[in-house]
Amino acid sequence: MSSDTDSSSGASQSPDPTSTGSPSSRTVRSGTRWRTVDIVVAAVVGIAFGVVFAAWNALWAATGPTFNAFPPAQAFMYGMWLVPGVLGGLLIRKPGAAVFTELVAALASVFFSPGFPPHVIALYGLLEGLGAEVAFAAMRYRSWRLPAALLAGLGAGLVPAILDNILYNAAWAASWMLTYAVLVVVSSIVMAGLGSFALVRALARTGVLAPFASGREQSAS
Amino acid sequence: MSMLAEPIVSNPKAPLSRLNPVTKLAMAMLITLPLLVAGDIVTPSIVLGAELLAVAAFGVRWRVFVRRLWLVFLMTGSVFVTSLLLTDQRGGTVLFDLGIIVVTTQSILVSATIAVRLLAIALPGVLAFASTDPTEFADALVQHLRTSPRFTFGALAAFRLLPVLADEWRTLVMARRARGIEAGRSPIRRIRLLSSAVFTLLVCAIRRGIRLATAMESRGFTATATRTLARPQPLRPADGLAILATVALVAGATTVSIALGTWRVILW
Amino acid sequence: MRIRARGWRFRYAGRSEWAVRDLDLDIEPGERVLLAGPSGAGKSTLLTAIAGLLDPDQAGETAGSLTVGGEPPAAVRHRIGLVFQDPETQLVMARCGDDVAFGLENLGVPTDVIWPRVDAALDLTGFPYGRDHPTGRLSGGEKQRLVLSGVMALDPDLLLLDEPTANLDPEGAALVREAVDRALAATGAGLLVVDHRVDDWLPLVNRVIVLDQGGSLLADGEPTQIYQSYADALQAAGVWLPGSSGPVRRASKPAGPTVLFAEDLTYTYPGHTDRPPAVSDIRLELQANQALAITGPNGSGKSTLALLLAGLLPPTSGRVDVTNVPDIGSADTPAARLSRRRRPLHRLPARQLVRMIGTVFQDPEHQFLTQRVYDELALGPRVMGRSPDEVSRIVDELLQRLHLSHLADANPFTLSGGEKRRLSVATALATGPAILLLDEPTFGQDLRTWLELIELLAELRDAGHAIGFVSHDPQFVAALADRTVELKAGRLVA
Repeated sequence: MSSDTDSSSGASQSPDPTSTGSPSSRTVRSGTRWRTVDIVVAAVVGIAFGVVFAAWNALWAATGPTFNAFPPAQAFMYGMWLVPGVLGGLLIRKPGAAVFTELVAALASVFFSPGFPPHVIALYGLLEGLGAEVAFAAMRYRSWRLPAALLAGLGAGLVPAILDNILYNAAWAASWMLTYAVLVVVSSIVMAGLGSFALVRALARTGVLAPFASGREQSAS
Repeated sequence: MSMLAEPIVSNPKAPLSRLNPVTKLAMAMLITLPLLVAGDIVTPSIVLGAELLAVAAFGVRWRVFVRRLWLVFLMTGSVFVTSLLLTDQRGGTVLFDLGIIVVTTQSILVSATIAVRLLAIALPGVLAFASTDPTEFADALVQHLRTSPRFTFGALAAFRLLPVLADEWRTLVMARRARGIEAGRSPIRRIRLLSSAVFTLLVCAIRRGIRLATAMESRGFTATATRTLARPQPLRPADGLAILATVALVAGATTVSIALGTWRVILW
Repeated sequence: MRIRARGWRFRYAGRSEWAVRDLDLDIEPGERVLLAGPSGAGKSTLLTAIAGLLDPDQAGETAGSLTVGGEPPAAVRHRIGLVFQDPETQLVMARCGDDVAFGLENLGVPTDVIWPRVDAALDLTGFPYGRDHPTGRLSGGEKQRLVLSGVMALDPDLLLLDEPTANLDPEGAALVREAVDRALAATGAGLLVVDHRVDDWLPLVNRVIVLDQGGSLLADGEPTQIYQSYADALQAAGVWLPGSSGPVRRASKPAGPTVLFAEDLTYTYPGHTDRPPAVSDIRLELQANQALAITGPNGSGKSTLALLLAGLLPPTSGRVDVTNVPDIGSADTPAARLSRRRRPLHRLPARQLVRMIGTVFQDPEHQFLTQRVYDELALGPRVMGRSPDEVSRIVDELLQRLHLSHLADANPFTLSGGEKRRLSVATALATGPAILLLDEPTFGQDLRTWLELIELLAELRDAGHAIGFVSHDPQFVAALADRTVELKAGRLVA
């Protein structure tokens, strides 16, 4: 049973006109001002994913170079790279969380991929985070349930679907470009959207998210 | 497993290394964006040539640089090959025909264009990264781009934990072996191992983040109305010159290409 | 600054119990106080409140008053310095000087004044390195000293320490205490330290305050007087008393056959080929019915050795082998046994390894794989291929034996420190290994868990297991070890 009501923090908290009285629909709001813990945890989550990306790469390098070198096949796993943004947004629940977390994750991954252009990776991180951010903004930063997560996955996925085709795949036939784009977006919706959603819920159950609204919400969200 | 990238490489006294980090970032961006748009081979080639000359000016140790460059070449090479295979622009003389794999002069040209463009875009970033220290970078962002100190230094503090989390990851994988779970040869097992380790890493990371945030607050981190900088880095005339030079380079390359009639927008 | 509490109580949001209740307190400026009490007595809460750091978001209700220097704590935050338990998460910057300067930057100290103050602060705590030394290369004790420098640079009137030495080895802890002493002597600041290792802090404090389990005041006064009058109550509350030592549990049976042995064991970390190996030419034996302690100073290679013995790291040269150990449930034909013997330990598939050796890591959370305590215990037997009936039998037995039955459905990450430790030992036992290896099992634990561990491990040893453990806790070693080996710079000391 949710023992917490509309706990508000920070200066700028407006009353939530959409919350009804019944426990099952009561959402725990967080203010829009970023606390230190919001900033630092978002950043650390980003860093953690930098480590994960490196491990992910190492893991798949072992499955054989052919799989790796065939980009349309790589598109299947693309969603992994988009998790930090969506996860950050769902976890911190403040405007800018998706952008910040994804950007930090991108910058962290630079340390593990010597030779990849850092500013391009950073640019990707920024834009991918923005893709997810736009989705959360479209929900007016009020809804953090599965539809929001999937939408954010879609938003984030569109960025590399387009950018990769411009930067790397520009010479491909249009049909291959389209296949790639579709695979990337689907992978993103599944891994970054659904995956992040499941991840946040599992994290909340460990109690580690106690300082956050995402951790205090006990009703199904 | 993966290793962290080697420590910052270059000779700090070389002229280009002493540029302010935001200048280097701006230079990289000024090159990237127009090249993203350009679709011919002349523009990026000229830019790339100038960049290779600048390598000496950065004072990067050649051996390490070539090692990093090798990875960039690998990436570029893989892009080249994939383009060759998947392009539909197959005009010109046919050089090679294996049914599925058709290589023509045009397909080579088109693929080479993409590859050279990628290389020209990548190099400034790699150089800038190799010659900049993260703390300096954060200072420069706050000082010159007026980014929020809370976010910038919050992120920098988190960065300090990068090696710690990397170590933690290795421990997590060993701990899983000690419980009977390992990657083996099956991809499914690998994914399960990975997702279990990712989850625990996140739990540990979040716990650390919360503690770090408390510690930072106890040292006055939120009272940042009037935050000072311990390591100020004023902009110097050299920075302005470098920016101008970069603009001139890209503009010049584009002009030459237009004059030669080769310039085109990407994808058209 | 004077700390004054009148009828102060505090309860976290969503909890039904008060963390601290009805506290009446008067601490004069410059006094040095030790705050003691069992785990969960609200000591950290009180400290956090005094520092003005109780998060308004997570906060719950307060009652009564708590003032510092006559004002609410949050108003005088900048005059209070706070040092926490974990050195790693208190450092902010990559270079030592920058880290000390961090606090000064935050408070808007003018740039030209910052660096002299940084140097003065580093001097004050006797920090051995210069400004540009990387923070990543410091030992735990050095990190805490750096944190202390950073805190003292802000010139606090009051220094709050929340178990600052709990994560450190004895040498590091001693250096930190010395640094605190120096800093206080030079500045005359007040001290409020929370710790349960009372012996060590006695020379530095002139007053002891004890809280009981429910968060109320139990005792307050001069140290020696308190320990005499309240000795029993304190011990029952889990407070270490000065001069007390733990129970001693030696093996009740003679040593059994050798089950694990290492020969010419050497290990160099990849990428560290320019330095001497982490571990060199180790020759070691583990026998059934025996507990072997591996000791040594910080950085001597103890943990590396433990990982090698556990078959988790491939040795650079030399071998680790298991002998005289029955492999339950696996093919036991002579041929199968022979093939297993020829394979070095680190090459054995995990499923086989787990049947022979159970490894318990320093941080129990690193080994949690499921969302429920029950599943956590069931995982090992399931991986080994036991039938569902056997699995539930094993799990139920372990739950009972380690007093975890009431937690069977809980999420492992939500358990208390002591419960997590017990769970991690239980999961290692679930696969029925003959050998148990533990890395710093008492790290960060309170007295109660410490005692529990001694009893548990002694029991396991006497039941026939071979126990090997790495520890920098001299009292734990004295209590449990039948044999001790010492490492120094990666080599065994004769």
